Amino acid sequence: MSYLIGEHMTGGYGGADILHDCTIAVDKGEIAVVVGPNGAGKSTAMKAIFGMLSLREGRVLIGDEDITGLTPQARVLKGMGFVPQNNNVFTSMTVEENLEMGAFIREHGVAETMQQVFELFPVLEEKRRQPAGELSGGQRQQVAIGRALMTRPEVLMLDEPTAGVSPIVMDELFDRVIEIARTGIAILMVEQNAKQALNIADTGFVLVQGRNRYTDTGAALMADPEVRAAFLGG
Amino acid sequence: MIGRLKNFGLFAVMALLIALVGFMQSWSLALAILNLCLISAVMALGVNIQWGYAGLFNVGVMGFAALGGLAGVVISTPPVAAAWSAGGFGIIASLVIALITIIISVAIYSRLKGAGILRVWAAVLVAIAGYFIARIFFEPAVDAIEAVEPAKTGFLGGFGLPIIFAWIVGGVFAAGAAWVVGKISLGLRSDYLAIATLGISEIIVAMLKNEDWLARGVKNVSGLPRPVPYEINLQRSEWFQDWANSMGVSTVEFSSIFVKLCYAGLFASVLLIVLWLSERALNSPWGRMMRAIRDNETAANAMGKDVTSRHLQVFVLGSAVIGIAGAMLTTLDGQFTPASYQPLRFTFLIWVMVIVGGSGNNWGAVLGGFLIWFFWVEAEPIGLWLMDTITSGMAEDNALRLHLLKSAAHMRLMTMGLILLLVLRFTPSGLIPERRR
Amino acid sequence: MEDVLNAIVLITNFLIVPGLAYGSQLALGALGITLVYGILRFSNFAHGETMAFGTMITILVTWFLQARGVGLGPLPTALLALPVGIAATIVLVLLTDKWVYRFYRNQKSPPVIFLIASVGVMFLMNGIVRFVIGPRDQTFTDGERFIITAREFKQLSGLREGLAIKTTQGITVITAIVIVIALFWFLNQTRTGKSMRAYSDNEDLALLSGINPDKVVMVAWIFTAILATIAGTLYGLDKSFKPFVYLQILLPLFASAIVGGLGNPLGAIAGGFVVAFSEVSFTFAYRKFLAYLLPENWAPEGLVQLLSTDYKFAVSFVILVLVLLVKPTGIFSGRAL
Repeated sequence: MSYLIGEHMTGGYGGADILHDCTIAVDKGEIAVVVGPNGAGKSTAMKAIFGMLSLREGRVLIGDEDITGLTPQARVLKGMGFVPQNNNVFTSMTVEENLEMGAFIREHGVAETMQQVFELFPVLEEKRRQPAGELSGGQRQQVAIGRALMTRPEVLMLDEPTAGVSPIVMDELFDRVIEIARTGIAILMVEQNAKQALNIADTGFVLVQGRNRYTDTGAALMADPEVRAAFLGG
Repeated sequence: MIGRLKNFGLFAVMALLIALVGFMQSWSLALAILNLCLISAVMALGVNIQWGYAGLFNVGVMGFAALGGLAGVVISTPPVAAAWSAGGFGIIASLVIALITIIISVAIYSRLKGAGILRVWAAVLVAIAGYFIARIFFEPAVDAIEAVEPAKTGFLGGFGLPIIFAWIVGGVFAAGAAWVVGKISLGLRSDYLAIATLGISEIIVAMLKNEDWLARGVKNVSGLPRPVPYEINLQRSEWFQDWANSMGVSTVEFSSIFVKLCYAGLFASVLLIVLWLSERALNSPWGRMMRAIRDNETAANAMGKDVTSRHLQVFVLGSAVIGIAGAMLTTLDGQFTPASYQPLRFTFLIWVMVIVGGSGNNWGAVLGGFLIWFFWVEAEPIGLWLMDTITSGMAEDNALRLHLLKSAAHMRLMTMGLILLLVLRFTPSGLIPERRR
Repeated sequence: MEDVLNAIVLITNFLIVPGLAYGSQLALGALGITLVYGILRFSNFAHGETMAFGTMITILVTWFLQARGVGLGPLPTALLALPVGIAATIVLVLLTDKWVYRFYRNQKSPPVIFLIASVGVMFLMNGIVRFVIGPRDQTFTDGERFIITAREFKQLSGLREGLAIKTTQGITVITAIVIVIALFWFLNQTRTGKSMRAYSDNEDLALLSGINPDKVVMVAWIFTAILATIAGTLYGLDKSFKPFVYLQILLPLFASAIVGGLGNPLGAIAGGFVVAFSEVSFTFAYRKFLAYLLPENWAPEGLVQLLSTDYKFAVSFVILVLVLLVKPTGIFSGRAL
C-alpha cells in the first residue's frame, strides 16, 4: 500500500466527468510524476486528490485513512502540501512572511523549518525581506515550494512547478525536488516537461482523457518505445 | 399561464389598495397617491433599465431626478427680462468659456497620448485657467441677476414654454449628466460607478441649492404653470358646475378630482409609452445582448462586444427616463424645491421599488413603483398607529412613549432598509421575476 | 518680515491646523473602508453610518458620565466614553455581518450585491441613529476648549494674526497617529495581522495555508468598528454631531480610499490628507493672506476663494474623477493590505 492513493477516481467540475477510474499513488521518499497531453485531466487529478473537486466515485487515502470527504484545508492538517500553478505566492508580502504564512497552522519549531527551507533555497534567505512579487519566476516557484514545505507536509503536491521558467532553472528546481524527496517526503508532481520529469521520477503515470494509460517506473516509461513515440516526442 | 394570472392578480390587488384609500380616506387622496405611484413607476423603469438590463448600480438617482425637476423651471417659467439684461451676457459668456475650456482640456488629454503624466498636468492647468477666466464674467453676472427683485425673482427665469416640453428636456439634462459620469466611471470596477453617481448627485443637489441665479436655490420656484386646468377656473365655469351637479358631488371636490384625473391621464400615457418602449428594447436583439453582457461580461468581451460603450448607452437611457420622471414630479408639485431632494426618497426608495418589484422585469418595476410608494405614504399612519399601540400601556407623559411617538417618522428609514435586505436575501428575483428565455 | 510671519500664521491657523485635523479624521475613516475592501472585497456604503452609530453611543455614554459629574478634567469626557461606543459598534457590525454579509459570502455573490446590501444596511443604521438620538445637532464637547487661543498666541508672539488650536484638533491628530501606528504594528508584526494581509493578497493561497477566513473577516470587522467609532467621534467632537453629515462624508471618505488605492492602508492615510488639504485649500479665502504678502495697493478686492464652501464636496468628487481618469488603481495601487 502506498502512502497516498487516489483510487478509482471518477468525477469533474459538476458537468461531464473529466476523470474516469483514475488511480494515482505515491510513497514516502518517492517522486511520482503525472504526465500526459493537454486536457488529459492531469491537474484535475491533482485537484481531486487535494479535495478541490468532489468525486463521484473512488476515494483518497493517506496513510490508510480515508480523507475523501475532507476540505482542502483539512487535508493540509493531515500532512498534505499543495503548490498551485498560478498565484502561488503572496506578492505583497516579503519572502519571510510568505514562509511564515505557510506555517500558519503550526505553533512550534517554525524558525527551524524556515532555516531548513533557506538551506534548500539559499537565494530565499538573501531576499527574505523583499516582497515576493518582485522576484523572478524561478525564485517565486522556490518561495511557493518553500511556503508549502513550511507546513512540514508528508506529501508535497506540485502543479506544473516549471511552467514558464528557463531550462536551467528547471533543472535546478528538479534537483531541489529530489533533495526534498530524500528527506522522506512523498512528492506528487504534474508536469508538462514530461521527459525531464520522468527522468527523476520513481513512478510515472501517463494519463489520457482522464484515464490511466501507462503506469510504470520513470525509467521503464522512458524506455518504452510506445510511450516515447506518443508522449515524449520520440 | 399561472405566472401571468399571478401578475394580473398582483396588479389587481394594487388597484384594490388604492380604491380602498378612496373609500376609507378620500378619493382625492387616492388619486394623489395614484399620481405619485405613476411617477414612481416611471422612475423605477429607469433604474430597472440600468440595473435589471445591465447590472449597473446607480446611487445617484436623486441627482438625475433633480436635473429633470430643474428642466421644469427652465422650460416653463417666464423669462425675467431685467435679469437677462443685467447678467445674461455674463452667464452665457462664462458658460461658453467653460465649454471651450472643457473641450481644450479633453483634447489635450486625449490627443497627447505620448506625453505621459504631463498631459494630465497640462489639461488640469488649462481647466484651472479656464475656470478663473469664466469666473471673471460669472461672478458679477450672478450678483447682478440675484439683485433683481430677490424676493420675487432674482433668477434668469426660463423660456416660458408649456411645461410638458420640460419632460423631454429633463430627460435630456439627465442623459447629459449620465453621459459624463458614465464616460468617466464605466469600464472600471462596478464600485466606481456607484461612488461616482453618489458624488454627482450630491453635487447636482448642492448646485441647485446654491445657484440662485439658475432656479432661485433654496428660495424655491413655485407657481409653475400647469399642463392641466386650474381648480378655481373649473369651479367658475358653468359647464363644469352643471357636470358636477349632474354627478351629485360638490363642485370644489369634483374640480380637485378632475384635475388629478387629468394629471393621471398624462402620467399614465408617459408610463405606457416608456413601458412599451422598454419592453420592445428588452426583447430586441439589443436587449438580448445587454442581458448576455450582464450575465457574463467576460464572455461577451471575448466575443468582441464593446461592453463599456453598451453600458454607457444603457446608463444614459436609464438616466433619461429618471430625468423625465423628475420633470413630471416638478410638474405635479407645481414647484421646484431643491431641499426636498433627499437620497432616501429619491435614490433608495426607487431601488427598493425595483428590487421588490423584480429586477430585470419592466412590469415588476412598475408594480414595485406602485406598491412601495403606496406603503411609503401609508407607512406613517401605520407606524404611528403601531407606536401608539405599543406604548398604549405607558403613561401619557412617559418619556419613552413620547420619544417613540416623535421618532415614528424615522421608522421609514428602518423599514425600507429592512425590506430591501429581506427581499434581496429571500426573494432576490422580486414579486414579478425576470422572464428567462 | 512681520507680514510674512503673519501670513504664515494665518495659513497655519485657517488651513494647516484644520486640514491636519480633518485629514486625520478622513484617514481613519478611509482606513475602515479600505480594510473592508481588502478583506471582504466590496465598497462599504454603510461605513459613514457605522461612524454615526459609534459616535451616537459615545455621546449617550458621555451624557451619562457628564450627568454623574465624571470627567477627564481638561480633556473631553467623550474619550472616557469611547470604549463603550467602540464595543457597541463592534457588536453592531458583527451582527450585521452575521445577518447580512455572511450569507452572500457563502453564496460567493458578486461585489455589486454586497454593495446593494451595504446600502440597505446604511439606511437601516441611519434609521436607528435618527430613531435613538433624533435628526438634530448634538454637542458633547467639554473640558478645555483650546490648547492655545488666538489671543494668547498674539500676546506671546506679538503678531497681528492669532493661532488657535482647539483641544479637539490636538486630540484628533494625536489619536490618529497612535491608532495608525497600532494598526500598522498589528498588520505587520502579529500573526493575525499578517494572516489578514495574506488573505487580502491571495484568498485561495491563504486558505491553502490554513488561515481561517471567518477569523480574518471577524477581525477585519472589529478593526473597522474601532476605526469608524474613533473617526466618527473625533469628527463629532471637532465639528458637531449631525446624523446627516455622516452620509455626506461618505464621498470624501471614498475619494480618500480610492486616491490611495482601495485596499491599501498606507494609501488611505495619504488619500485622507490629500482630500482634506485640497478641500480646505480650495475653499479658503486668500484675501488676507495675499494682502500680507503683496504690496499695499495690490491687495485683492474679492475674497480670492477658489470655491464656495457649499461645494466642498465637489473637491472630493473632482479628485475622484481625476484618479479614475488617470490611475484608477490609485497612487499606491489597490488591493495590498
